[in-house]
Amino acid sequence: MSSKYSRQELFAPIGLVGQQRIREAKVFVLGAGALGSSGAEMLVRAGVGELTIVDRDILEWTNLHRQQLYTEQDVINQLPKAIAAESRLRAINSDVKVRGIVADVTPENVLELFEGHQFILDGTDNIETRLLANDAALQLGIPFFMGACVGSYGLTFPIGVKEGSPCLHCLLEALPPQSLTCDTVGVISPIVVTTAARQTAELLKCITGATMEPRLESVDLWTGERAAMNVQSMKKPGCPSCSDTPVYPYLSANEVMRTAVLCGRDTVQLTWPKNRQVELIPFAESIRDIVSNLKQNPYLVSCEYNDHRLVLFRDGRMLVHGTKDITAARKIVAGLLG
Amino acid sequence: MEKMIDLNGKSYSVVPEVGTIQQLLEHLGLGDRILIVEKNKEILQKDYYDAPIMDRDQIEIIHFVGGG
Repeated sequence: MSSKYSRQELFAPIGLVGQQRIREAKVFVLGAGALGSSGAEMLVRAGVGELTIVDRDILEWTNLHRQQLYTEQDVINQLPKAIAAESRLRAINSDVKVRGIVADVTPENVLELFEGHQFILDGTDNIETRLLANDAALQLGIPFFMGACVGSYGLTFPIGVKEGSPCLHCLLEALPPQSLTCDTVGVISPIVVTTAARQTAELLKCITGATMEPRLESVDLWTGERAAMNVQSMKKPGCPSCSDTPVYPYLSANEVMRTAVLCGRDTVQLTWPKNRQVELIPFAESIRDIVSNLKQNPYLVSCEYNDHRLVLFRDGRMLVHGTKDITAARKIVAGLLG
Repeated sequence: MEKMIDLNGKSYSVVPEVGTIQQLLEHLGLGDRILIVEKNKEILQKDYYDAPIMDRDQIEIIHFVGGG
């Protein structure tokens, strides 16, 4: 009983058989922010076979109070989260084949990214991406373990874990005009860890073949309120995402430049169509004289311009910090790129 | 008479102005949220949010949030 996983194998519902299944599991972690960090660390320590973690963002000081994989040095180095996460996760457990990918998950690439994995852990920070992941996971037949949290409140819901159970689209009739985000109401670390723990426990149960239920759960760690419901009765026979003739509406690609206001920060992201590749070095040279504080590494170029910090990634995304106004962000980028 | 209900696992005193589920949601500031309501272990469809709240009802409300 000296193995790395002996205490987990002693836990009867897992046992040696369950541990072997964990060892063979290929898991996708969607987002390397707060929930993604916490969930990925648990899965890597548990000894999954392969773990892919994808994130579009770079590290900020405001991440460190809750995103447990990262250090101050990672922020100073302006590392993409997916790269810093990969390095930390490999250091935690060398048994696991860990791969970090710097990318925005979009209708164009989501199926390709998910393919080859058996379980998906939700670490994203917005409902639109969750619905996109819901559609892609349903199309590929991969269970998706949703989780979300803000303030001291979090909720979890496993999708595709039981025949005929409802999906996220069944539960959300319409997108809320504006959902609560870390940006508007803040977030504390304990709810991140609690929410990620619930998602990960469900995922481990599913790996080991336990009986699963479509159970929606919530908890508020500050007030002590909690709720849990079996939402089987919310299955909608005509759901566009999970009926017998699904159309997966969120997988329809958008050909124009997309914009998004990032959760937890005063930042707008602009994405060029079809994630066009950008040559970072020529770009950096072309702006050297008109920007200040220009920095670059193999993944990105960052600079200051008109009191805003801009970060350009290789895959054709630019982050404009210091604004939540999409039009203003477009104007700033247009001002720089001409 | 003041009604006492069980709301998300805690005792909750319903103010007299609140008579229905919809009024409770608005009172709690959840009126415009995407949420799911369970009353006495049964999920309540939106059309039934005008259902009256009775003393000792067990009500659970889960609202969706964006963060993570």
